[in-house]
Amino acid sequence: MSHESTLPEGDLLVVLRHGPHGSLWLREGLEAALVAAALGQRVSLLFMGPGVAALAAGQQRGPLEQKGTLPMLEMLPLYEVENLLAVDEDLDALGLDADRLAVPAVRVVPAAVAALMARHPLVLNF
Amino acid sequence: MRYALLVQGGPYSHQATHSALRFAEALIRRGHHLETVFFYHDGVYNAARLLAPPQDEPHLGDAWRRLHDDHGTRLQVCIAAGLRRGLLDEREASRHGKEGASLAPPFELTGLGQLVDAGLSHDRLITFAP
Repeated sequence: MSHESTLPEGDLLVVLRHGPHGSLWLREGLEAALVAAALGQRVSLLFMGPGVAALAAGQQRGPLEQKGTLPMLEMLPLYEVENLLAVDEDLDALGLDADRLAVPAVRVVPAAVAALMARHPLVLNF
Repeated sequence: MRYALLVQGGPYSHQATHSALRFAEALIRRGHHLETVFFYHDGVYNAARLLAPPQDEPHLGDAWRRLHDDHGTRLQVCIAAGLRRGLLDEREASRHGKEGASLAPPFELTGLGQLVDAGLSHDRLITFAP
């Protein structure tokens, strides 16, 4: 998706730049997104850089015994968070084709990120 | 303008806290209002009651407290991020059977909803992260 007119609008854009496991950035970013959605805000998620790994199918708890973040992604539709976007080159860098994703995400080109941010009055970066 | 800050870096470990405090002082000097600081991720360690840096280094916890005392800035700490990192006020300490509180007023434990609210109700929300 590179045409700006097709980019979603919303109240809050949560940018997720860290993969699951290894740090709490992704989990705490998703928690912020879920809380905002529960409060009735229109939330969009942008996965970029290593953050696109959050979308990979087949994730498990992992050796750190943390719960992982995939269950949170699967809950997003219950919170009416439907706009999931991911930077195309970052997906490609990890070989994450559409059939390898646990939840579908709209591919965006890097040049569209600024326009996406401009369509959300509030942006939180994790 | 009415400002809110989001601090996500731990004190001393990263520049985020120092930068946030300098920004806070600068915006107040320019006549703006710093109404809220929200501490999330490792930023919650800024609220640790027992911070004891060397005497010839700035005391970052006291710097936040001064902002509260002098300008009425609210110092809000995410409760979920705080609890899992050991930042508990008296109430949470007793609820979890812990001895003593590690977080004291004017820092207050609050929910993530307050962060969302700060983002929507202030003119600017500025993030300081490592």
